Amino acid sequence: MTATRTAPKAPPRPAARAVGPRRSRLRYAGTVALFLLPSAIPLTLFTLVPMAGSLWTSLHEWNLITPMRWAGLDNYAELLGDERTLAAFGHTLYFLAGYLPLVYAGGFGLALLLNRARRGRNVLRAVYFLPVVTSWVVVALMWKWLLNPAGGVVNWLIGLVGLEGPGWWTDPNWAMPSVILASAWKDLGFVMVILLAGLQAIPREYHEAARVDGATALQSFRHITLPLLSPSTFFVIVISLINGFQVFDQVHVMTGGGPAGATTVVVEQIYDLTFRYGRAGAASALSWLLFVIILIVTLVQIRAQRRWVNYA
Amino acid sequence: MRRTTKAAAALLTAVLATACSQGSATRDTGAENGKVTLRYFTFSAAPDHVADLDTIVAAFEKENPAIDVVVETAPFADYFTKLQTSIAGNTAPDTFELNYENFVTYASAGSLLDLGAAATGDDGYQPSVYAAESLKAFTHAGKQYALPASFSTVVLFYNKTLFDAAGLPAPTADWTWAEEKAAAAKLTDKDKGVYGDFQPVQFFEFYKALKQAGGEFLTTDGKKTAFNGPAGVKAATWLVDKVGDTMPTEAEIGGTADYDTKLFKSGKLAMWHNGIWQFAGMADAPFEWDVVVEPGDQSKASAVFHNAIAASATTKHPAEAWAWSRFLTSSQVAATTRIKASWELPPVSDQAILAGYLDTTAKPANRQAVFDSLKSIALPPVIARQQEMQDAMTEELSNAAAGRKTVRQALTDAAATIDGLLG
Repeated sequence: MTATRTAPKAPPRPAARAVGPRRSRLRYAGTVALFLLPSAIPLTLFTLVPMAGSLWTSLHEWNLITPMRWAGLDNYAELLGDERTLAAFGHTLYFLAGYLPLVYAGGFGLALLLNRARRGRNVLRAVYFLPVVTSWVVVALMWKWLLNPAGGVVNWLIGLVGLEGPGWWTDPNWAMPSVILASAWKDLGFVMVILLAGLQAIPREYHEAARVDGATALQSFRHITLPLLSPSTFFVIVISLINGFQVFDQVHVMTGGGPAGATTVVVEQIYDLTFRYGRAGAASALSWLLFVIILIVTLVQIRAQRRWVNYA
Repeated sequence: MRRTTKAAAALLTAVLATACSQGSATRDTGAENGKVTLRYFTFSAAPDHVADLDTIVAAFEKENPAIDVVVETAPFADYFTKLQTSIAGNTAPDTFELNYENFVTYASAGSLLDLGAAATGDDGYQPSVYAAESLKAFTHAGKQYALPASFSTVVLFYNKTLFDAAGLPAPTADWTWAEEKAAAAKLTDKDKGVYGDFQPVQFFEFYKALKQAGGEFLTTDGKKTAFNGPAGVKAATWLVDKVGDTMPTEAEIGGTADYDTKLFKSGKLAMWHNGIWQFAGMADAPFEWDVVVEPGDQSKASAVFHNAIAASATTKHPAEAWAWSRFLTSSQVAATTRIKASWELPPVSDQAILAGYLDTTAKPANRQAVFDSLKSIALPPVIARQQEMQDAMTEELSNAAAGRKTVRQALTDAAATIDGLLG
């Protein structure tokens, strides 16, 4: 993305700083290191070291209270041969398949509406962003009440039009849709804020020029808005996908993985393995499997972005 | 300018580093002025018996002015998660409560202090104050790793006011499933939100009902399941058929915490299978209620739960931990406080103390049922992968209860899963 950005008439940019003598360069490196330290220290302590710890744990059998026992790759072999692992990944994919389109379409729709709003945009933006910064436990409990099959508001409203609402999170067929609904509602604001910023960065002149040239609103949207919004879209999709793979809080609070295991997503399975079944080793191995899958999916996305993301 | 920036960055780093080291999980249990702070972690005190525990703590601290007991509580559902993590994180409480099902795991893991060794030098200690079999239950490899603290059983609670209003005779010790079922059907009035019966559809009720129906959960060598037969079908059907008939469904319960407790307390539940730890909470229920030994089928069988106090192997205060464990489990104050508050039963050998349990005027009247239920008990099957077994059984039973599977299919699937856990 650097080579293609040649602007022939632009004056050559002055070098950020003249290449000085060796001592000065060392000083510069030292300053950079100092500025990086505040984030490097927590990153090492709270992310890299625990990650290494979990890799080590994944090679052991450990119930948290007995000393660890070396298990080699047994945990990985067992997980790969266990149908519950497959089921957990299946449930996670089901979640993603519902959550991603919903949160993207909803967030994009809101961003388009707010982009046209003449007044109150900031207030509305704050209102829609509120759920994003609200604790998941609060949001999950609220949705659990709203979707309560016994006296919840949603089923009461459905009852008003003479229909009978489903069992929501007590019914294995409706449990995952319930979780998806709550998740999309909460994250809508995040997608909206990013896309709205992207929309507002598109110069008005482009649309005006297109209109002068006789483009319809749809053509303008298709050929100007969408391509110029693609960096924001890419960012939102990568982040939402990673978050979606790690879905846990809402599942744990709303269904605990039930009913009949219908919402046992990968991270819920990791939690159960550690804290219910005393198998921290197997749980760590599953965490690493999930990490590798997220890494591969993200790398594929970063490669694929060259085809569709427009940084012009 | 640059120098100030650097200095500021260095300062920030230093602050961060100190913050990190302060945030580490180590906790100092030694207090100033020579007092020893002793932590005690419990699941059975909150919410109904915190004040009773405080009474015992106050009496102990009066006798042992150099020890300050700090109580920490957690609900049963979270208790073992917290305990495990604190042991793994080296912040284990000095003393903590354990139930019998978990005792072996912790004892064999080496997490518990050998109380026998900690007791040396305590001349006042007499093992004979404990009921002998209770004390023996908490030994492992010949060592006393915990002291029995309490035991409790599950009985049939019934709302006498509802029975009287319907003109039905109250349950008796001779009842079988057939009588319970007939009464439950007559007492259920869904329009008024009144249910005839409540028995959770889960592992703990199933192994007991299985025993009542004359079946066994595991084969005698413990290597395979044995419940997938006529007795198992009968027991599972007994539990499952109540749901949606004389008992609310999962959707009707809607995940409400302590739904059954609230239902009974509001006078809208005629019969309720639950433990004697509910006595205190139901004391001020605004209607007549009593208990009776659970109805059986082929035979009677009641569930018994047994709790003990253990000390952490890593405690810095073994002598103080011993003194507190002993006081909490066998002192006169502790035993009488438990009896007076109906806080389960103390596992003491002195029958005079236990007799106090019957002498009280507090509800329920038929406290004799608690002792009668001990005459024929059903012990839970215990295997290495206990929680997985319990979860598998509960999940298949709820599948049958919700009509997602037939009882036979659910039992076959549960047996296959549990055989896999045993193999």
